[in-house]
Amino acid sequence: MTRLLASTALLLALAGPALAQATDTYTPDPNAREGGSITITYKDDVSTLDPAIGYDWQNWSMIKSIFDGLMDYVPGTTDLRPGLAESYEISEDGLTYTFHLRPGVKFHNGREMTSEDVVYSLNRVTDPETQSPGAGFFGAIEGYDAQIAGEAEGLSGVTAPDPQTVQIKLSRPDATFLHLMALNFSYVVPREAVEEFGADFGRNPVGTGAYKLAEWTLGQRLVFEKNPDYWTPGVPYLDQITFEIGQEPVVALLRLQNGEVDIPGDGIPPAKFQEVMSDPAQAERVVQGGQLQTGYVTMNVTQPPFDNADVRHAVNMAINKDRIVQIINGRAIPANQPLPPSMPGYTQDYEGYAYDPEGAKALLAQAGFADGFETELYVMNTDPNPRIAQAIQQDLAAIGIDASIQALAQANVIEAGGAGTAPMIWSGGMAWIADFPDPANFYYPILGCAGAEPGGWNWAKYCNEELDAQAAQADSISDPARSAERLQMWSDIYMKVMEDAPWAPVFNEERFTMKSPRMGGADNLYVDPVSIPVNYDYVYVTE
Amino acid sequence: MAGYLLRRLVQSVLILLGVTLVTFFLLYVLPADPVRQIAGRSATAETVESIRRQLGLDQPFWVQYGRYLWNLLHLDLGRSYLQRSEVAELIRARLPPTLLLMAGAILCELVLGLTMGIVAALRPGTATDNGLMIASFVGVSAPQFVVGLLLLYLFGVRLHWLPISGYGTFAHLVLPSLTLGILGAGWYSRMMRSSMVEVLRQDFIRTARAKGLTRRRVILRHALPNAILPIVAMIGIDIGVFMGGIVVVESVFGWPGIGQLAWQAIQRVDIPIIMGVTIVSAVAIVLGNLLADLVAPFIDPRIRLR
Repeated sequence: MTRLLASTALLLALAGPALAQATDTYTPDPNAREGGSITITYKDDVSTLDPAIGYDWQNWSMIKSIFDGLMDYVPGTTDLRPGLAESYEISEDGLTYTFHLRPGVKFHNGREMTSEDVVYSLNRVTDPETQSPGAGFFGAIEGYDAQIAGEAEGLSGVTAPDPQTVQIKLSRPDATFLHLMALNFSYVVPREAVEEFGADFGRNPVGTGAYKLAEWTLGQRLVFEKNPDYWTPGVPYLDQITFEIGQEPVVALLRLQNGEVDIPGDGIPPAKFQEVMSDPAQAERVVQGGQLQTGYVTMNVTQPPFDNADVRHAVNMAINKDRIVQIINGRAIPANQPLPPSMPGYTQDYEGYAYDPEGAKALLAQAGFADGFETELYVMNTDPNPRIAQAIQQDLAAIGIDASIQALAQANVIEAGGAGTAPMIWSGGMAWIADFPDPANFYYPILGCAGAEPGGWNWAKYCNEELDAQAAQADSISDPARSAERLQMWSDIYMKVMEDAPWAPVFNEERFTMKSPRMGGADNLYVDPVSIPVNYDYVYVTE
Repeated sequence: MAGYLLRRLVQSVLILLGVTLVTFFLLYVLPADPVRQIAGRSATAETVESIRRQLGLDQPFWVQYGRYLWNLLHLDLGRSYLQRSEVAELIRARLPPTLLLMAGAILCELVLGLTMGIVAALRPGTATDNGLMIASFVGVSAPQFVVGLLLLYLFGVRLHWLPISGYGTFAHLVLPSLTLGILGAGWYSRMMRSSMVEVLRQDFIRTARAKGLTRRRVILRHALPNAILPIVAMIGIDIGVFMGGIVVVESVFGWPGIGQLAWQAIQRVDIPIIMGVTIVSAVAIVLGNLLADLVAPFIDPRIRLR
């Protein structure tokens, strides 16, 4: 017996088995105008467009436009939909996924994509030689351990029974698996292009996506050109996108005001934020949306005094989150739990620890620290993080905690966090932004026992084996029909985390994307939770 | 001359060797792990160790450094950890814009600095002299980041005379060159002024005047060629000063040169790029100094190379 996602079942019922109709997952925007080109700026260089390697703010969304995965998201939302697979089945035990590929999909080099390409791509991303930062996501696939150890010729669990079918066997159920098939790291690449360009494939990308790379002048400019053979009819709308690299955000904003730029990819610079938002003509061109991000203070639970839960509760009560949100000009909302509000599994009716310095002081006294103590707060050294750390420092001083600020380069803070030498860390600038919209992505690396190992991202070194077991149990529910039950289990897990309080959650950043007056398309495309920062495939120009 | 050249070349090689050793050592002891940057947040400890092994970063310092030198001898700067491209190619692509920017800056500092210095020297102690020297003092002290943004705001945003940022046309070159050259222009005007004042007091100038030459001829044919000598020797040394400035100026103006490449690599601990840019800069500085020394005797026969 097999099960289909409700949306897929509905789709198949409507479309029938004929392949021409299989792409009708998207209704073109009736207001959209075809053609035209836009200019987008970024400050930092684009390192690579190889989907197995790219993991930056700039290239994440670009890679999504050049390549595709078996799964995809409804534009502007966190809802999964089939991508290169037109349908799929999950076995009863949740261990076998069978994907049926969309027929007639072609790579930019003209060759038709087959199931062998999918197998090759998954083997490639998990091959230790590839050194992919995303290899770890695929740990549930059968044969992963042998593959990552370099002892296998590929993932034994991934097979291609016929050119249109891919079968993936898991060694343990993983409810997030469909999300992983929509993650950049699983995108499908053609073997011949990878072999031709070798390590330079990232500069000569060949995919199946809506755009293909037309020009790349190192350090200056990338030009994307519409893929006329794209498998979703009518998409993309734009003929061309030019990405100009090396542009300071302040300069990009000035150029937007001059009409030379359509979207500053790095957003509105903090120093200009109030100026822009207080000018109605500019503010109306700013789209605001949630972000799958949480900024938090970690407390190392393996070291005194933070091994005492009362002390951690006191810190949670001492921090004035509203004031910190003011410091960053209201570009965030106060947080009371690890998950951001737009993440499935967020606990709506939870109130968290209210701001209560007196109560916090009493709690500290009860824990045996009536006179407070000295500690260190690590923070990344770029604005606004040191200012936020100073506000936290003042809040802590008010209850007697004397925290000295260690402002360091990002890599150094990450190093101290991983090594467990930092008593407290403000996560800003390195904060967790979800790789995919599922509550599990906020747990294992940053709150689970695996992440608490030396060098891991769980900087509080919090390890609650009971919660790890509950998490594994929740993620064994891969039946989409029981998704609500699974999300409730995750909500319970995060509530238990808040009781233990290894973190003080501070805020969830909001995204503000500014666009030129001629940009069209639904607002949620400009704050797409998955295609960060903008979903290039579905936006258009009105003139 | 040949002996001198040989000695200087040996010296230069030793200096470059020292630069690679110090830089490599500093990056080695840096409390930041490049492997973590490559491996990403989802990596297991085994993946991290496997990448460390592949890159040879698990080896002792001397082994790593020896291997780097060996590759360097074969003109191999390695591949970027994060971009995975050849460092030599990344630098090659970005070198022409940087050289262009430097040429523009040298032109700016010479034209501005020499003119200001000469004008001030001809009217010593006057309001013009004082005004120009204050201006040069401001040029020397103003942070390039601020100068760049001010120029950009005035000429790009307010007056629309020049493009705000970018690369490709002569107009794009003006503001970054000016920003980079203002510091040198400040120095040069002060040096030119004192050198010129000094020369104008010499006997041969008095003789020239006594011969009845015009003031213009005295200054341009007799005073200037002598006063300019110390400045020419400075241009080679400027290259070193520019190497620091380009990081800032290229960032402000979105200039696609090696300064921008270096800055981005430093932020992400991309060691092969940091090493590559350092070596290229060091070579440029050493060559610049060598050139300055070699050129000096041709301009001023009193100088002899020994």
